[in-house]
Amino acid sequence: MRRFRCVAMLALALGAVSACASTQLLATTLLPTTLLPTGDLPSNLRGEGPAETIDWLRVLTLRDYNTRIVVLGTTLLGLGAGVVGSFTLLRKRALLGDALSHATLPGIALAFLIANALGSDGKHLPVLLLGAAVSGVVGVGAILAIRRLTKLKEDAALGIVLSVFFGAGVALLGLVQQSASGNAAGLESFIYGKTASLLASDALMIGVAALLCLAVATALSKELRLLCFDATYAAALGYPIGLLDATLMGMVVIITILGLQAVGLVLMIALLVIPAAAARFWTESTNGVTLIAGGLGAASSLMGSLLSAALPRLPSGAMIVLVSTALFVLSATVGTRRGVLRRWGRRRRFERAIHVEHLLRAVYEIAEVAGAGAERLAVPIDRLLRVRSWSSERLRATIAHAQRESLVQRLTQGGVRLTERGSLEAERLTRQHRLWELYLITHADIAPARVDRRADAIEHVLEPETIARLERLLESRTTEAPPASPHALATGTSHGSKTPGAAP
Amino acid sequence: MILGNLNLSWAIDGWIIAVGVLAAVAAALLGNFLVLRRMSMLGDAISHAVLPGLAAAFLITGSRHSVPMFVGAVIVGILTALLTEWIHHYGQVDEGASMGVVFTSLFAVGLVLIVRAVDHVDLDPGCVLHGAIEMSPLDTWTIAGFTAPRVAVVLSAVLLTNLTFVIVFFKELRISSFDPSLATTVGVNAVAMHYALMTLVAVTAVASFEAVGNILVVAMLIVPPATAYLLTDRLSVMVLLSAVIATISAVVGHLGAIAIPVWLGYSSTHTAGMMAVASGGLLVLAILFAPRQGVIAKWLRQRLIAMEVFQEDVLGLLYRAAEHDHTATLSTDQLIQRLQSSRWTVGMALRTQRQRGLIESINECHSLTAHGVEAAQGLVRAHRLWEHYLVDRAGMDAAAIHLQAERFEHVTDRALRDRLDEETSATAHDPHGKAIPDESGSAD
Repeated sequence: MRRFRCVAMLALALGAVSACASTQLLATTLLPTTLLPTGDLPSNLRGEGPAETIDWLRVLTLRDYNTRIVVLGTTLLGLGAGVVGSFTLLRKRALLGDALSHATLPGIALAFLIANALGSDGKHLPVLLLGAAVSGVVGVGAILAIRRLTKLKEDAALGIVLSVFFGAGVALLGLVQQSASGNAAGLESFIYGKTASLLASDALMIGVAALLCLAVATALSKELRLLCFDATYAAALGYPIGLLDATLMGMVVIITILGLQAVGLVLMIALLVIPAAAARFWTESTNGVTLIAGGLGAASSLMGSLLSAALPRLPSGAMIVLVSTALFVLSATVGTRRGVLRRWGRRRRFERAIHVEHLLRAVYEIAEVAGAGAERLAVPIDRLLRVRSWSSERLRATIAHAQRESLVQRLTQGGVRLTERGSLEAERLTRQHRLWELYLITHADIAPARVDRRADAIEHVLEPETIARLERLLESRTTEAPPASPHALATGTSHGSKTPGAAP
Repeated sequence: MILGNLNLSWAIDGWIIAVGVLAAVAAALLGNFLVLRRMSMLGDAISHAVLPGLAAAFLITGSRHSVPMFVGAVIVGILTALLTEWIHHYGQVDEGASMGVVFTSLFAVGLVLIVRAVDHVDLDPGCVLHGAIEMSPLDTWTIAGFTAPRVAVVLSAVLLTNLTFVIVFFKELRISSFDPSLATTVGVNAVAMHYALMTLVAVTAVASFEAVGNILVVAMLIVPPATAYLLTDRLSVMVLLSAVIATISAVVGHLGAIAIPVWLGYSSTHTAGMMAVASGGLLVLAILFAPRQGVIAKWLRQRLIAMEVFQEDVLGLLYRAAEHDHTATLSTDQLIQRLQSSRWTVGMALRTQRQRGLIESINECHSLTAHGVEAAQGLVRAHRLWEHYLVDRAGMDAAAIHLQAERFEHVTDRALRDRLDEETSATAHDPHGKAIPDESGSAD
């Protein structure tokens, strides 16, 4: 829990730094908009850096007006996309943004054509965004309709809407290119982005959209969480599921269409998916995912656009995505909740504990067969080796672990002996093992010769309550000592004979 | 004739359509299994990965020779499937999300590579989207005296490979698509089938990339198979249908690309885009008109059942009216009022039942014929037996059972009525005290 808080704080700090930088920028940037010449902004799709010779300090302190705009716009976009993306991820609709952003293209092209036909400037941004929003909404509606009217599954519905709408968009773009006003190059920026030439007005719009999404996400935090966590339950509680879903999709539409022209189509999908997926490695709490995803989104946008500004010929959209991919890989590896290393470590610890438990029981049982009252007998290593199929390295490592936990003592003549604590623990384990064996024999009708292995698998995870129930079920055995083994014990004596256990 | 004013030149348009058909059918064949395995979006992800593959191959080999480019793109395509699987499996990330992470990241890598090498590569971003199918007849190969566009030759080879794969491994593909665990039990390597499929998807995407662009591959991988899926329940039929639908989409798409913009005052547009739109149009037709699962078929079935139920209700009403007085009739207005229905519906029901010889009408006054009495008897018997059963056996309140029985009576056949009769110990009266009629035809 503490670790989660640390991570959350870190993510928040990253987000806060980004936000502070952004607000400071907002003040310094938006005021002189009219004073600064905007005509000579580098307006290329490929996002070349300002110059081959880099003044790192100049970039990092954001002295360039253009860099400030780009950093401000993309950071806010990353923040908003991360927050919205966390909900779509938890709703298991991560690729909705994919279908949606493709579905905006015909709207953009059609808006351009219609505006042109009506005699106004087709490249007027609000018109294009309106077109994008309308066809995005139609696309989402088509996905829902396909889901409802046919037996096709979600993935097919997404793929159909994505490809058919995009195909229509491409066909319409073919017409746009022939349109009277000549160049329609601006529209292609919706596909590839034009991060490097974001205008202050673009950044402002992105900021407003991001804040709007944040506000909605905060206000409806509980409802959206419930929707993602268990939609049926939410419906049973009387929440308007359809409306909530529509709100969520609306947020995706808004953040997507505004992000499209900033970072382009494919990279917009990345901003919606990657930070949220990365956040999932750090926490199990839905609020946590949202916070961390927002933080990671803002941080990767900030770093990506700075890198792109500082180094020549690195398109900022792609750099933002690559930074967020790097953060994803980092999270996947060292994430504190579901990170691969973390889970691997947990697994190893669990396996180690199981080996130690096996060792304790083996020593105990060998001593038990040797005679009553000899629980603290020294057992030679080679005899232990024959009891279970473990390699001598594994056994040695296990003994070392058990020794560290002061459960066994290593004797100078090469044997192992249980300590006081180890003896108690071994007794408890053997008891659990045998209770389960007895249960299997009496209640599950499993042959005594076969219960050992089955009990082996389950003895490590028996809860005290289960033990108590087993005791009640098997009635008689309420003494603290383990019952006698219901089958012959492997003792690993030199001739490998099996001494029959005493009858219960 | 709509297409009459088109100047179709078979040397050019014929080849364009041929290339489109080849690409569409090659993709659709494989797409069937993607749609069935709920992996449609993997086709999208793999086809996006073509871009970084091409760029990387170019940077490594330094040539625009097509073989290394092809190999590079296919490798990255397979890598997309592998990485998606890994992230899904080891990272416990939702499948869609892991796909999103992988293909967007690879795409970003591709963009960076292209920009770094931009001075040397003429990889037009527009070409990625809609390809240059219109240009395909210009770049030809001559094989054994027969001249064909290069793309057509390549795509034919790909189509042949896919076709062979689908035919040879049809059984394995079917079983591993529907039930991977069962496939493993009966000795089919589902994992190997999966990656073989992914490899072919990548090969198809790369081969089609240049000619028809990214988007048509995605459309043809998903839309024709999805359309076929709505039309049949048999996999073999579905595969065949998807190929036919892909072919139609390609032909209609090209003609549409030439014809439709002309009506709007433009010249022709991108064929690939229109092919995707055509396949979408066919899907919409299938959603509406599919014989069994179509929206209209379902609606009609519902209407028919509702009408049938209503007609039975008319019989029941007339039977109950005549229960005490055998000469009693009901007028049309009375029927309308009791059934709370429209004059048109009641009229329809009366007409149908008159044609079946169950109702006779004299001066707008309706009564049951002998046949009608028989039919109604079974219905009312079912109703009252159910009421009795619900009170007697299911312990329901007598006031609340009428609606339940009203619903059940229409789906209760003779055998079930006998069973109910048995269960309720052959009682003679329902909970409201009304007599339960005997089975028609049985002795009174």
